[in-house]
Amino acid sequence: MSDKPAEPATSPEIVAGNGLLHRRLFLTQGAALVGTGGLALLAARPAGAETLTVPTWTKTIGAPMSGYGVPSKHEGKVQRIVRPGAPGAPGTGGSRTPLELVNGTITPAGLHFERHHNGIPDIDPAQHRLVIHGKVKRPLSFTVESLLRYPTVSRIQFLECSGNSALGWAREAPQQSVGSIHGLLSCSEWTGVPLSVLLDEAGVEPGAAWVLAEGADSAAMSRSVPLAKALDDAMVALWQNGERIRPEQGYPMRLFLPGFEGNMSVKWLRRLQVNDAPTMTRDETSKYSDLMPDGKSWLFTFTMGVKSLITSPSQGFRMQGPGLYEISGLAWSGAGKIRRVEVSADGGQTWGEAALTDPVLSKSLTRFRMAWRWNGGPAILKSRAIDETGALQPTRDELITQRGERSNYHYHGIQPWSIAATGEVTNVHA
Amino acid sequence: MSTPDRALVVGALLLAALPVFAAESPQLGTPITPAELAAWDLSIQPDGRGLPAGSGNAVAGKTIFAEKCVVCHGEEGKGQPFDRLVGGQGTLASATPVKTVGSYWPYASTVFDYIRRAMPLVAPQSLTNDEVYSLTAYLLSLNGVIKERDVMNAKTLAKVKMPNQGNFIVRYPEAAR
Ligand code: HEC
Repeated sequence: MSDKPAEPATSPEIVAGNGLLHRRLFLTQGAALVGTGGLALLAARPAGAETLTVPTWTKTIGAPMSGYGVPSKHEGKVQRIVRPGAPGAPGTGGSRTPLELVNGTITPAGLHFERHHNGIPDIDPAQHRLVIHGKVKRPLSFTVESLLRYPTVSRIQFLECSGNSALGWAREAPQQSVGSIHGLLSCSEWTGVPLSVLLDEAGVEPGAAWVLAEGADSAAMSRSVPLAKALDDAMVALWQNGERIRPEQGYPMRLFLPGFEGNMSVKWLRRLQVNDAPTMTRDETSKYSDLMPDGKSWLFTFTMGVKSLITSPSQGFRMQGPGLYEISGLAWSGAGKIRRVEVSADGGQTWGEAALTDPVLSKSLTRFRMAWRWNGGPAILKSRAIDETGALQPTRDELITQRGERSNYHYHGIQPWSIAATGEVTNVHA
Repeated sequence: MSTPDRALVVGALLLAALPVFAAESPQLGTPITPAELAAWDLSIQPDGRGLPAGSGNAVAGKTIFAEKCVVCHGEEGKGQPFDRLVGGQGTLASATPVKTVGSYWPYASTVFDYIRRAMPLVAPQSLTNDEVYSLTAYLLSLNGVIKERDVMNAKTLAKVKMPNQGNFIVRYPEAAR
């Protein structure tokens, strides 16, 4: 990877090669565009606007209220990308957030990615219980109703499956959309009871070091969570984006472990067993462990690495002719806040700093934007993120040098998109 | 660390994170006894803690497997349509690693734990403990970890050492980024 400073600016707003413009264009919005002659950069304007008429919807009574709103009928194509399980195991697949079709940072609950191990259980909240036992002074059982009476915290944080972006390990860059490749990633406002409050009520005993979390689904999915994490920022989440958590996200409650691989945020949470050692469940040994080239495996790779993606333009987009474009994408890190995102339009030879859209939150998605004047020629767009610990997102080559090609999980390499002179945008390893 | 110390540490963490609410938990948990939660208390630790009474061997396991598992995991667990459970030893460092119970899983306790909670996929938690011991014995014997007539129970299963156990490197707390 080259870290050459940006090439000398040929006009005041150029910050890096092949047309990347200063982020001030977005920080000060329209004023800057006009002030720096930005309007002149826009693509050739369409020949002329059409004559306006008053449409029917302005001249008739509109639809009445409804109990629960749904997206516009014109947005029907905005759907999760569903990868069903094989015949005979319909509950073992997943579905992905269509990252190319959404904007901002909050994922609508109905578009949050899914990954289940034996389908979505149909839980009666009146019968559901959360049990805390093991190395505690007072083994306790909680009803949903009782948990709803606890003081809550709310946090806007991402959830990412550690199997997200696994196609990145493949030698051939897959011609699939950004959501199809990287959409096991979503971000919500989660509201619930800090797990530390419940553990405190049960009274954690000396010698405790891990907490086994188990779901009430028919996989009874279970994972071992370090006690330090459980006492730090773990939450028993009951609410998502203001409404009660949906069935596919763990209704009536899920564990939420900020920044950790998604599988550990156990859905349909029913049992927490405080232990002195990890349980070594199937989903933390057979799966979700990372095979290295020498045949050894990394166990307990919990924290999601620093990562970013350009979502627009991305694979499958078609550029509308030379001119000014907004490059937009997402950056996140399981270790904390995003400090900086850099974008390159020349395949990584030069980089310019992108504008981060407020709020920049810890273990959350941060939207970045960069102005780009596409000259109509070939280009390779890349983004790379740096988090508050100083960790820099690696290239694909760096990842493979470190971990080989068969570790399957935790791919967080730089994602390049190639722009052809035709305007076609494709996925490349570059 | 003594009990009061732990309470102090927990309290301090709570205070740091939640200055307003720390002291205000409504304390609504109901005490529950081990007998009351027994039906949910499914986890087995790698040293065998949690293993129930009962026993079985691979001979019995073979019959149960043919009836309840073979449609999804193939003859002798060789796979298809779903996960391969047998073989693959010596492939992990190759270009085409085959991860199975025998080649990959670090602990035998996990085989019992997982089959009891999650298999067969269409009827989880329908097997008796004897059936789970028998199926565990069958998979371990197909993988050459134990002999066909070896009886698996809470004592013997806890002593089984899996071939790949030494090849896992714990990455927490210095988690990969
Ligand atoms: C209807 C199909 C089906 C049947 C029947 C079935 N399984 Fe499975 N089995 C699966 C699927 C699918 C998975 C993977 C589940 C997942 O990925 O979460 C699996 C996973 C497993 C695994 C873990 C594999 C690994 O490497 O992680 C074991 C062990 C297992 N099954 C044993 C059994 C046994 C023993 C039986 C019979 C009692 C059985 N299965 C019956 C479909 C089935």
